[in-house]
Amino acid sequence: MILIYLSSGLFLGWSLGANDASNIFGTAVGTRMVKFRTAALIASVFVILGAVLSGSGATRTLGKLGSVNALGGAFMVALAAGFSVFWMTRLKLPVSTSQAIVGAIVGWNFFAGMLTDYSSLAKIVFSWVLSPVLAAIFAILIYLLVKKLLRLFPISLLRLDVYTRAALIIVGAFGAYSLGANNIANVMGVFVPAAPLDTITIFGIKFTSIQQLFFIGSVAIASGIFTYSYKVMQTVGNKVVKLTPLSALVIVLAESLVLFLFASEGLHDWLIAHNLPALPLVPVSSSQLVVGGVIGIGIIQGGKTIKYRIVGKITSGWVITPLISAIIAFISLFFLKNVFEIKVYEPVAYQFSKPAIKRLSNQNIDKDKLALNQRFENALSLKKYIHQTNYLADSSLDEIVKFTRLDSFYFSAQKLNIFNQEAADWFSTPEIKTINNLQGEEFVHEWRLKQRLRKILDDSKRKGENYRKLAKKIDFVVETFRTAE
Amino acid sequence: MLKKTKQLERKVNNFMDIVNETGPTLLLGIKAYFKGDMDKFYELSDKMVKLENRADEIKRNIESELYERTLIPESRSDVLSLLEALDDIVDRGKETIQEFDMEIPQISPRYHEGFLNLTELSANAIDQVVKAARNFFNNSVESRHYFAKVYYWEKEADRESGRLIKKIFRDERIEDLSCKFHHRSFVERLDRVADIAEDIADKLSILSIKRSI
Repeated sequence: MILIYLSSGLFLGWSLGANDASNIFGTAVGTRMVKFRTAALIASVFVILGAVLSGSGATRTLGKLGSVNALGGAFMVALAAGFSVFWMTRLKLPVSTSQAIVGAIVGWNFFAGMLTDYSSLAKIVFSWVLSPVLAAIFAILIYLLVKKLLRLFPISLLRLDVYTRAALIIVGAFGAYSLGANNIANVMGVFVPAAPLDTITIFGIKFTSIQQLFFIGSVAIASGIFTYSYKVMQTVGNKVVKLTPLSALVIVLAESLVLFLFASEGLHDWLIAHNLPALPLVPVSSSQLVVGGVIGIGIIQGGKTIKYRIVGKITSGWVITPLISAIIAFISLFFLKNVFEIKVYEPVAYQFSKPAIKRLSNQNIDKDKLALNQRFENALSLKKYIHQTNYLADSSLDEIVKFTRLDSFYFSAQKLNIFNQEAADWFSTPEIKTINNLQGEEFVHEWRLKQRLRKILDDSKRKGENYRKLAKKIDFVVETFRTAE
Repeated sequence: MLKKTKQLERKVNNFMDIVNETGPTLLLGIKAYFKGDMDKFYELSDKMVKLENRADEIKRNIESELYERTLIPESRSDVLSLLEALDDIVDRGKETIQEFDMEIPQISPRYHEGFLNLTELSANAIDQVVKAARNFFNNSVESRHYFAKVYYWEKEADRESGRLIKKIFRDERIEDLSCKFHHRSFVERLDRVADIAEDIADKLSILSIKRSI
């Protein structure tokens, strides 16, 4: 049954593989520097690795934008995005899966009465604008570096050919890894909150629900690469932009670096730890990165001017694609819910519970004015209420939503048993013991459970563990003991 | 892959060596002809035929390897046309020496020095164009330094051939007009070798610009 729901995501994955693999191996295959079979095999393996090992960063950002919490909804969101991509491609409009999925998620938010996190949305849109510019800058820098190196250390024509081939394969592998890490969020991101699969163990390695989803999604991408990308690669390699293998290499490297920057949690954390500016982890469009790279090389070569028509097309795509996708998602969700009576979202209620009021009073909100246990059926009605009152500032909406959101967590003996098995090899014994001490406890707010977990897990005195590891463990506990369906 | 590429590089180098040998072989052959040392002349004529056969063989070998291994896809056709043009030098050299054998031109001893001079100038042009071609293969920016030298020797050869032809037609000691024509046709054939070198330099300078990424 779950596969039927996932099918729309798999279709999205297939079309991503068919279209975007050409952004990595297009010129290499089009110019016959690399055989298609070799390119397809490498791209598939590394897309899968990138997705499974590093796909969660960008997915989390999409999750913040809107957490699609029912399989029916996730199915329709992915289908709406896939359909928009298909339709806009037919109309020969520039389209990116990243932009389509974001629009579809926002459409779902509207339909489900959820609030759209505008700061996340702004971050995402900013990344779309920034990413091609970064690709152009990287392409210019790499181009200048390669040129300088070739001048300092001349390589013979034939040897340069061999090295370029090898580099196209290595950089292609890196590009495929980055593409998988960055773009799996588009394919499977919406299914993450809605499709909890059981953790499975293969050859002693545990695969979490998210990793399984990412694996399935990336296999769909790989099938797109094998079945359809050859045609696209021929077009990219020979017709649209004529590139020499060496300048293609420069562009693919620039593109891969940008994809990696927007996907790698490790790099993100490292940059923050060294007080360097880190980019938000956001799915970006590989096609637009290629265009950015080509423009970069055009600028540095001086002869070609920037094609403003293409730049204009891309810019319009940033607005039109999400808009169309949001509208399609909204309309189709309406049909799915009202005609086919399929659940497309789990209602999320909000309540000024005692702990919520107490927590909000710390945020300069007058607790005496809040009605204890006042309940709202969805985020929109809560927002409306805040808007109408004169004692709650609109700016505190995010905090009120966060602290009043109702959920349900119960530490039953049965769930603790499952937890003990799954956590055995990555939680320490004192940590497992600490979690087991929570037996019988109930929580209605996620933030409260997290607060408690942070406190008790920190109390168990393990030194040197960084924040991210702890956050991952806490997320795991939260997902394991959630009982709300 | 790299091993095979090194082998291919060796083949390209061998090919260049052969082209480079054309100039001196032609010069020595004509010297022997003028001296009347026909044994030496035939020996050098045979050598030239062998060089030409060997150059054709290596060129075909390189061609098929470039296609079979789909090497340098972007510049393959340029490289092949370059090899073809370099091969023309060897062909021209062989044809010229054979024409001496077939037509037995009676070059007046007064012009021997001029003819040898012209052959040497053409040989110099070949030498420089081969250096430029080697540099092109080695991806060095120095290629363009050699172009100027090729153009220099080609102009010198033109001047020498012009001077010789003028002199021949004003020479009253050669009474027969057909004999003057015969002299002239051999001057033109020797000068043609330098012209081929110049054409290759033109081609190379365009290829070098195309090659900058």
